[in-house]
Amino acid sequence: MGLLEERLRAVRDGGAKAFVPYVTGGAPGVDAALLRALAEAGADAIEVGIPHSDPIMDGGVIQDASRLALEAGTRTDDVLATVAAAGLEVPVAAMTYANPVLRRGVDRFVADLAAAGVAGLIVPDLPPEESEELRGAAAERGIDVVLLAAPGAAPERYRAIAREARGFVYCVATYGVTGARDRLAETARAVVEGLRGLTDLPLLVGVGISTPEQAASACAFADGVIVGSALVAPLVGGDRAGALALAEAFRAAIA
Amino acid sequence: MTGSTAPARPDERGRFGRYGGRYAPEVLIPALEELEAAWRELRDDASFRRELDELARDFVGRPTPITHARRLSEELGYDVWLKREDLAHTGAHKINNALGQVLLARRLGKERIIAETGAGQHGVATATASALLGLPCVVYMGEEDTRRQAPNVARMRLLGAEVVPVTAGTRTLKEAVNEALRDWAASVATTHYVIGSVVGPHPFPMLVRDLQRVIGDEARAQYRERTGADPEVVAACVGGGSNAIGMFTAFVGAEGVRLIGVEAGGRGTRLGEHCASLTLGEPGVLHGALSYLLQDPDGQVVETHSISAGLDYPGVGPEHAFLKDAGLASYVSASDADALAGFRLLARTEGILPALEPAHVIGWLAHRPLPDGTRVLVCLSGRGDKDLDTVLRAEGGGA
Repeated sequence: MGLLEERLRAVRDGGAKAFVPYVTGGAPGVDAALLRALAEAGADAIEVGIPHSDPIMDGGVIQDASRLALEAGTRTDDVLATVAAAGLEVPVAAMTYANPVLRRGVDRFVADLAAAGVAGLIVPDLPPEESEELRGAAAERGIDVVLLAAPGAAPERYRAIAREARGFVYCVATYGVTGARDRLAETARAVVEGLRGLTDLPLLVGVGISTPEQAASACAFADGVIVGSALVAPLVGGDRAGALALAEAFRAAIA
Repeated sequence: MTGSTAPARPDERGRFGRYGGRYAPEVLIPALEELEAAWRELRDDASFRRELDELARDFVGRPTPITHARRLSEELGYDVWLKREDLAHTGAHKINNALGQVLLARRLGKERIIAETGAGQHGVATATASALLGLPCVVYMGEEDTRRQAPNVARMRLLGAEVVPVTAGTRTLKEAVNEALRDWAASVATTHYVIGSVVGPHPFPMLVRDLQRVIGDEARAQYRERTGADPEVVAACVGGGSNAIGMFTAFVGAEGVRLIGVEAGGRGTRLGEHCASLTLGEPGVLHGALSYLLQDPDGQVVETHSISAGLDYPGVGPEHAFLKDAGLASYVSASDADALAGFRLLARTEGILPALEPAHVIGWLAHRPLPDGTRVLVCLSGRGDKDLDTVLRAEGGGA
């Protein structure tokens, strides 16, 4: 068990709910100081995106943030350097897509994550059947590879995900990509309940958690939430104070 | 022997050698599994085959003929035959795949069709198949391509499809695929995604190959009937690679037959100037499959260039990557200028305006890369009416 899983289990076992903000590395306003401010705002872990040219699981907000980051010349190593410079006490999970990982080579990629102090890794286009090599290499470095579970999967698929996931299970709340939704999808509860009896890993809900109220609703059945686009939108718009105030509001709503 | 049995590739995990696979978001996995199971059953199902074959004959106009290109042959010193996919309904081979997949979607009980398109030929084919079979259709198209290929946008709309311009990134085919995948992630319960080439997560490269192999199955039989032998070279253009796979499948491993794919060399060999993924790229994952890819050292997919929108794609189907590494096919490239020269040459010698995509093959042949007298079978994958503006503009308005 890595630091990410250890921390999120401790939150859950202490009767609290986990708040995990996501920001896109290299996007406007995202630097080491922002990561520290998110930790101070009460994040239990922070998910930092390594921007990719083809973010197929992301909606408009994170697509734009990724594009801006890449246009500004952000490299994978820049994001890792930002994480290292932040010197956070809370664990960081990196999020990226398969090709940046495979291009560098699985072993070197996880070694570089470990060297930067990253504790977890989320790769949405590496489902269990394609991520075996990565999971093995990451385990050797103490990095938890988080797997996603989505609506509509058969029970045996949830069982495989529950067996192979480390850190937490990323319960995808709804059909579709990241970005704001008017309401918390009904499917979120079904995913969490589908996994609950299969694993004692923390079950966090993400994708479409847009407001503190939705986060609170999700935490009625889940162990925490991941909040991305709602925070990235004000950041990219230049409103860093607004993003941090919103992070505090999310934290307060699920305390 | 043209054979109708399915090739052993890919394996059960969707791999062509090391290539292919299913690098897809979790939310799409159940639909991909359902699609794979349905296709493995239906591709040999007599009633499905009958329905598809009847439409191929009565609606598409199959079999398309092969044409002995006598004056071109004289000029090049080869013996060239053309497989005339330009004569298929809607003007390109794309209809073979679109019709099969929309028919499959109806069998699966899907209520809505989505597709991506680059040049617009796949979008037109999918809009056509959807109109024929009575399903609503949404086509994602890069905004840049909607401008380059405005007549095809109008065609799709007349066929009842909704065309959604994609403004992300390079505003071309790659972004249109991304957007179609995002739509599908949200709509997967009711919607089938008709991918337009032999790319994407398993089972798409297999499914599209199976639907396009009719090109080569027909062509090999026709060529043997007319000449009594197999050709020495079978050549096709490769963007994503569906017409080439369709043509090659009947010939893979045949003794004395060389398979040659012609990629878009654009205006140079530096990253960003071309779309030659197989000749200049390295293995990587794009749109759900591992294949050759044009990318930077961080694994970011780079911008590409080709005069032909249909080849303007930084990846390529994983089966081509396998065929290349296994030495079963070889891949070369032809430049924008070669394509324009090929376009004019075929028009002048044979009375055929080819699409700029297969014009790359003619342009490559015009450099006389083969021994005198070589017997060559070319897949003429589409007709060139859509490209007249591009050709005239590239030549400074004079034709």
